[in-house]
Amino acid sequence: MSNEENCFQGIVAQAQTAGAEVGPVRDQLVLDLYRQTQEIARQVVKRQGKKEDFDHKIDDFVTSKYFGYPLMLTLLSLILWLTVSGANYPSQLLSNLLFGFGSHLTALCQWLKAPDWLHGILVLGLYRCMAWVISVMLPPMAIFFPLFTFLEELGYLPRVAFNLDRGFKRAGAHGKQVLTMCMGFGCNAAGVTACRIIESPRERLIATLTNNFVPCNGRFPTLIAMAAIFLSALVGTANNLLTTGLVVGVVVFGILVTLLISRLLSQTLLKGVPSTFTLELPPYRWPKMGTLLIRSVLDRTLFVLVRAVVVAAPAGMIIWILANVYIGEVSIIGHLGGFLQGFGYLLGLDGYIILAFLLGLPANEIVIPILIMSYLSEGVMVEPSSIEDLHRLLVANGWTWLTALNMMLFSLLHFPCATTLLTIRKETQSLKWTVLAALIPTGVAILVCFLVAQLARACGLV
Amino acid sequence: MNCQHVGTLKVLSKLNQDKSDAVIALAGNPNTGKSTVFNGLTGLKQHTGNWPGKTVVLAKGNYRYRNKIITLVDLPGTYSLLANSADEQVARDFICFGNPEATIVVVDATCLERNLNLVLQVIEITPRAILCVNLIDEAKRKGIVIDFPKLEALLGIPVVPTAARDKVGLAALKESLHQVVFEHKQLQPLSIRYQERIEVAVATIQREIEPFLRGKINSRWVALRLLDGDTTLITEILNYISGTGPDSWEQGSNELKAVKCYE
Amino acid sequence: MGYAEITLTALPIGQQARVVNVGMQGLTRNRLLDLGLVPSSLVKAVRKSPGGDPVAYKVRGAIIALRSEESRLITVWPLD
Repeated sequence: MSNEENCFQGIVAQAQTAGAEVGPVRDQLVLDLYRQTQEIARQVVKRQGKKEDFDHKIDDFVTSKYFGYPLMLTLLSLILWLTVSGANYPSQLLSNLLFGFGSHLTALCQWLKAPDWLHGILVLGLYRCMAWVISVMLPPMAIFFPLFTFLEELGYLPRVAFNLDRGFKRAGAHGKQVLTMCMGFGCNAAGVTACRIIESPRERLIATLTNNFVPCNGRFPTLIAMAAIFLSALVGTANNLLTTGLVVGVVVFGILVTLLISRLLSQTLLKGVPSTFTLELPPYRWPKMGTLLIRSVLDRTLFVLVRAVVVAAPAGMIIWILANVYIGEVSIIGHLGGFLQGFGYLLGLDGYIILAFLLGLPANEIVIPILIMSYLSEGVMVEPSSIEDLHRLLVANGWTWLTALNMMLFSLLHFPCATTLLTIRKETQSLKWTVLAALIPTGVAILVCFLVAQLARACGLV
Repeated sequence: MNCQHVGTLKVLSKLNQDKSDAVIALAGNPNTGKSTVFNGLTGLKQHTGNWPGKTVVLAKGNYRYRNKIITLVDLPGTYSLLANSADEQVARDFICFGNPEATIVVVDATCLERNLNLVLQVIEITPRAILCVNLIDEAKRKGIVIDFPKLEALLGIPVVPTAARDKVGLAALKESLHQVVFEHKQLQPLSIRYQERIEVAVATIQREIEPFLRGKINSRWVALRLLDGDTTLITEILNYISGTGPDSWEQGSNELKAVKCYE
Repeated sequence: MGYAEITLTALPIGQQARVVNVGMQGLTRNRLLDLGLVPSSLVKAVRKSPGGDPVAYKVRGAIIALRSEESRLITVWPLD
C-alpha cells in the first residue's frame, strides 16, 4: 500500500469520526435535499383546477376486493385464449411452408447424390427440428408478447404484484416475483433475467428457482394438446373454451406450487426475514401501439425464437442419430424408452414420454414431436395432422386420461430447458443453484405425478 | 453487485474507443419515460419498461447532430445516487468516474418534486447537467402547469420540456446538449447547502481530500460521501485517481455482450 | 388537532398525515428516505390491496405500496 493511499485511508477514518459526531448524516442530507426540492416545486409547479383523477378510479376497480382477482384471472384466460386460438392457423401455414421447403431440400440432396445418413442428419434431423420449433413457437409468441408488453407498458403489472403480494409475503417471497412470473409465461429464461428487479439476493434466488413453475410459450402447445386429449378421453369432447379453462386451471396450480415451494425454500435453504418491500404503482399510460408492436416482436419474440432455434438445431441432429442407429433390432431411442418404461409407469406415464422430456431438454417445443417419432418408430419427426390423429395414435400406445393429465403436470413442473438453466447459471454465478434449479422442479414433478398415478389407480379410476 | 459495478467502468473504456465525439449519460427515476427519450434520440431498438428497476443493463446508442456523433448511455432508473442498490451504484459511478461530457436527467413532469431529488444529487456531482422534463402531455392532462424559465433559473442548468412518446422537444434537447458540450455554454448550477454542522465538517474534509483528487472529482461531493460513511466509493476513488481500473477485463466484455443482446 | 401520534399502519384510508419518525435502520431506512418518506413529509393512505396488506400510500406525488412490516415502524401525526 502506498504512502498516499495510507493518507487517504486516514482521511476516510477521520471523516467517519466526524460523521459520527454530526449525528445521522444520511437523514440530514436527505431532509435538506427534500427541503430544497419542495421549495423549488412550490415556486414552479401550479395545479390548475381540479381535474378528475382517472388513475384513482381505475385502481379502485383493478385492485378492489371483489373485482381484483377475477379481473386478473379473466385477463390471464383472455391472453391465453387469444394466444391459443390465434396461433392455430398461422402455425399450420408456417408448418406447411417450412416442411414443404424441406421436401425441396430432400430433392436437392438426391440431386447432389448425398449419402442417406447426411441427408438424414441435416434435413430430417436438423432442418425438421428447426422448422418444427419455428412453426410451433413463432405464432403464439408473436401474439403473446405484444399482449404482455401492452399490459406491462400500461402499468397494470405492478397492480398485479400489489394484489398478490400478500400470498408472496406469506411464502417469504417478494411481491415483485409476480412480475418475473408474468415474464416467464413468455419465456422462462427471460423470466429468470427479470428476477434482477428483486433487490434482495434471498428473494431473488427464490424467484429464480421457482420461475419454471409458470409454463412458458414453449410448453403451452404441449399443455393445450394434452388438455384436449384429456378432455376428449374423459368427457368425450374438447372445445376451445373447455381446453382453455383446463389450461388456466393447470397454470393456477403452477402458481400454487410456486408459492408452496417458495415457502419451503424460505424456511429451509433460503432462510431469512423478508426484506423491505416497496413497490411503486406508476401512473397508467396508454402505450403507443406502433412502437409496442415493433419492440415486442423484435426484442422479445425474435430474440427468444433465435435462441430456441440455435439450441434446437443440434438437438435435431442428435435425436435423428438416436432414432436411426440400431442396436440389434431396435433403435437407441427404442432401447432407452424400454429402459425407462418401469419408471415412467410409476408416474402414470411411459418410458417414451420420460425419454421425450429428457431429449427435449434443449427446448420444450420438441417434446411432442420426439414422442410421436418414438411411437411411430419412424426415424424422423413428423407432425400430427390434427388433434384427432394425435389422439388415435396415443390411445393406440396405451394412453388414458391419466397419461394425458400427468403429461400436463410433468410438463408444468419438470426441469427448466437448457437455455433457462444456462441463464440461471449466468445470473446466479453458481453451479450449486443451477443444479438445484433443475433438481427441485424435477423432484416436485416426480412426486406429484407419482401421487396422482397411485391415487387414480388405487381408486380404480383407470 | 460487484460485477455490475466493474461492468460500468468496462462499458466506459469500450466507449472511449468508439468513434464518438461525446459520451452523454442518461439518468432518471424509474417510470419517467427515460428509455423512451433514449429510443427517441438514438432510434435504437431497445425495450422500454414500466416497472421500477427495469433497465438494469446499461444500454448505449448513437445519434448524429450537427456533424457530431453523440453516444448516449442509458443508466438504470434510480430514485437517488446514494448507492443503496447495485443500480444506484452503477448510475453514480458512471456519472462520477465515467467522465461523460454531460448528464441528462429525465424527470416526470407529473411528479416533479420527488424527481428533483435526483436532479440535485446529479448537479452535486457534475455541473454539466441538463434537465429533461418529460411527460409534459400527461402533466397537461392532469392540469399541472410548470414554469420552465423559472425552473431553469432556480436550477442553473438548461431545462427542456419533452413528450418523448410523440417526439416533442427532442430536437430542443439535442440542441441544448450541443450547446453545453460543444459550445461550452457556461452553467452555474444551484449549490445545495446543508445544515451548519454538516457544512463545517464537510469543509474540513474537503480541504484535506482536495490534493488527492487532483481536480478529477468534485471534492465537496466526495467529502459529503465520506462524511456519510459511504464505503462503496473509497476503492473506486483510489482506482480512479491512480489510473488503474478493476482487474477483470473479461467481466467487462461479458457485460457489454449483455448490453448487445438487449439492443 | 385532537390527534396523537400513530403508526402509519393505523392511518385510515383517505387520511393524510405528517411523518414523525422512520423507525428502522440501515438499507431499509435509506430506501424509504430515497422515496421521499422522511420526517415532516406528507403521506396519505390511498388504498388497501384486496388482501388488506400491502397498503398504497401517496408520498410526494407518487403511489408507493408498503407492507405492514414497514409501515408499523413509521410514526405519523394524522392531519384533518
